Amino acid sequence: MLQALRLVRRASTFRTANIASKNTRSPARSFARSCVAYSDAHPTSLDAFTDEEQMLRESVARFAQDVIAPKVREMDEAEMMDPEIIKALYEQGLMGIETSAEHGGAESSFTSAIIAIEELAKVDPSVSVMCDVHNTLVNTVLRTYGTKEQQDKWLPLLSESKLGSFCLSEPASGSDAFALQTRAVKDGNDWILNGSKMWITNSYEADVFLIFANVDPSKGYKGITCFIATKDMGIKIAKKEQKLGIRASSTCSLSLDDLRVPAENIIGGEGKGYKIAIEILNEGRIGIAAQMLGLAQGAFAKAVPYTFERKQFGQAVGSFQGLSFQQARAACEIEAARLLTYNAARRKEEGKSFAREAAMAKFVASEVAQKVSGAAIEWAGGVGFTRETGIEKYWRDSKIGAIYEGTSNIQLQTIAKFIQKQYS
Amino acid sequence: MRPTAARLLNILVPVKRTVDYAVKIRVNPDQKGIDLNVKHSMNPFDEIAVEEAVRLRERFKDKVKSIKVVTIGPPKASDTLRTALAMGADSGIHVELEDSAPAPEPLGVAKALRAVIAREKEGVDLVIMGKQAIDGDAGQTGQMLAGLMDWAQATFASKVELDVDKKEARVTREIDGGLEELRCRLPMVVTTDLRLNEPRYASLPNIMKARKKPVEKVSPADLQVDLTPRLETLKVTEPPKRQGGAKVANVDELIAKLKEAGIKPVAP
Ligand SMILES: Cc1cc2nc3c(=O)[nH]c(=O)nc-3n(C[C@H](O)[C@H](O)[C@H](O)COP(=O)(O)OP(=O)(O)OC[C@H]3O[C@@H](n4cnc5c(N)ncnc54)[C@H](O)[C@@H]3O)c2cc1C
Repeated sequence: MLQALRLVRRASTFRTANIASKNTRSPARSFARSCVAYSDAHPTSLDAFTDEEQMLRESVARFAQDVIAPKVREMDEAEMMDPEIIKALYEQGLMGIETSAEHGGAESSFTSAIIAIEELAKVDPSVSVMCDVHNTLVNTVLRTYGTKEQQDKWLPLLSESKLGSFCLSEPASGSDAFALQTRAVKDGNDWILNGSKMWITNSYEADVFLIFANVDPSKGYKGITCFIATKDMGIKIAKKEQKLGIRASSTCSLSLDDLRVPAENIIGGEGKGYKIAIEILNEGRIGIAAQMLGLAQGAFAKAVPYTFERKQFGQAVGSFQGLSFQQARAACEIEAARLLTYNAARRKEEGKSFAREAAMAKFVASEVAQKVSGAAIEWAGGVGFTRETGIEKYWRDSKIGAIYEGTSNIQLQTIAKFIQKQYS
Repeated sequence: MRPTAARLLNILVPVKRTVDYAVKIRVNPDQKGIDLNVKHSMNPFDEIAVEEAVRLRERFKDKVKSIKVVTIGPPKASDTLRTALAMGADSGIHVELEDSAPAPEPLGVAKALRAVIAREKEGVDLVIMGKQAIDGDAGQTGQMLAGLMDWAQATFASKVELDVDKKEARVTREIDGGLEELRCRLPMVVTTDLRLNEPRYASLPNIMKARKKPVEKVSPADLQVDLTPRLETLKVTEPPKRQGGAKVANVDELIAKLKEAGIKPVAP
């Protein structure tokens, strides 16, 4: 009886075709293609980094401070990414972090990507998400599921100059991503795509689009297929959203009207789009966790020094216990988010399961980001509330962490499934 | 025809690990030194020196045969070497000191550099180094090295032009009265000023490549140099607290205040 109940439950879980992850990746595969950054047999602390990772962190931090920081406010107000910044990210090798040197990449580790995303977010979460989507979603789909020919063709472009975007969501399918309605119909050697995509990060500046479309709606999510297309094939940018936060990062709707894509542009095979999206978003979530972690630290580092300069009642406001304890609490939460994020990243690198850890990291980091950046505004008082100081921007930017790449509820659903699997 | 070996340029760039320029310096309670448990990075003037060497390579391509970086410092100083390698240097030498060793002084460093140069089989044609390190601010090592080697020196360079075939350099220096241009024969020592160039950030692919570049470790004993300090630090104190200034509303008020303070305009 109990057995039967369990079976039923499992089946119903499986039918929920949303982007909540199932841990379907085989460890052996991810081990083989990820570059393990440290092979130390001893357990180490969770924030142990290799020399290269340390150097990367310093280099990206300085780059962000010198090159990005002066433009953050202007880009936010203009709701536009400065093309010079995109160019500079390519020059710094930050757009092909895990891509092999043969394909023009840096051939670095997953954790390096996470470090870069974190450091960029300390200064501008908009620039950070652009780098994140391009690396952890677009490049990774090609590196993982692309054929050799597809990799030879696309990875060098993506490492050198062409920005990528990941097009899954639609007006009627968000959390329930696999209810997507974009259709692909075979026509000779091509596929004709029709439909519309919504909320597509990077799409205003992108040249390369990974588009999820259904080739056979009768098969449900098993018809979902991943296509790679370029803007010049006729992808139309319909509307650029005006947003609360990450305003310099473009988010647009796309119209696909009889978009003709060659059959060779199917990635991973017909009907494999569902699997690709689930697996890639598991990994991508660690990137968003890193973005939120960087954001929290950026807000903290901007507001805290001010509390030691600002004097009220004859002393620095940061020296009042009431304020300093709030800061101590925030520091603990940031530390917890950091450990969750890097633990998930290392697990991925080591080829262990990480879907649960990634969901936890993203959920916690986005909560911490919002909390800490909100508190940072208050610590700076009226000054924190003005746009000039740039503290309030972190708070506006933090809200997205609970929405994209799976809302907080969807993360909790994923985590809850692991609990149910163990205890029910 | 390949250029003869004699016309190829070998560049040496000494780099120092210093307290990071952004760190707030705190004097230790014993007033004998400062808190060194803080972030360190490459001395900014040395970064400019590495950058200049890499730009010479970019300009003269194969005519720049080697760019070697050398650091004299504790084990941690190897990070500084790696950074220089990631910026584009070819190889490094680490003259390793014990963590507990006192910081070497300019003359000791200059002698160690002389010994490093002597070990180079193909010789060194050009030493590019920072005009000073931001920790000790002595500003002496380059001059001492040129003296010990009996080489030409061009300090506080804001522009370096080379004629590799003639083995000649034209260096613009920033001096109080303006700019001075020197023409020097190689081998020589150039020390860098702030405006010589803007150093690049080590790119990720270059960071990854840097770990494969060779770094040789030697000890002061290998070089037969004595780095024992000759100076004794008596007392280190913080600069006196700034006496609060005042704001003026406009230029006229500023000029009035300056006049009041007895400052006179210089005749044009
Ligand atoms: C700035 C921005 C950038 C984006 N970038 C991209 C991109 O590059 N590519 C892309 O494909 N998509 C992108 N998205 C889309 C994003 O992933 C979706 O917005 C997200 O998945 C949520 O979908 P939705 O907006 O339709 O919300 P809905 O799914 O309608 O959710 C509304 C609310 O219902 C809750 N909810 C839904 N289902 C459940 C459930 N089963 N149990 C409990 N609660 C539930 C949600 O948690 C949420 O609170 C982006 C979105 C934004 C805002």
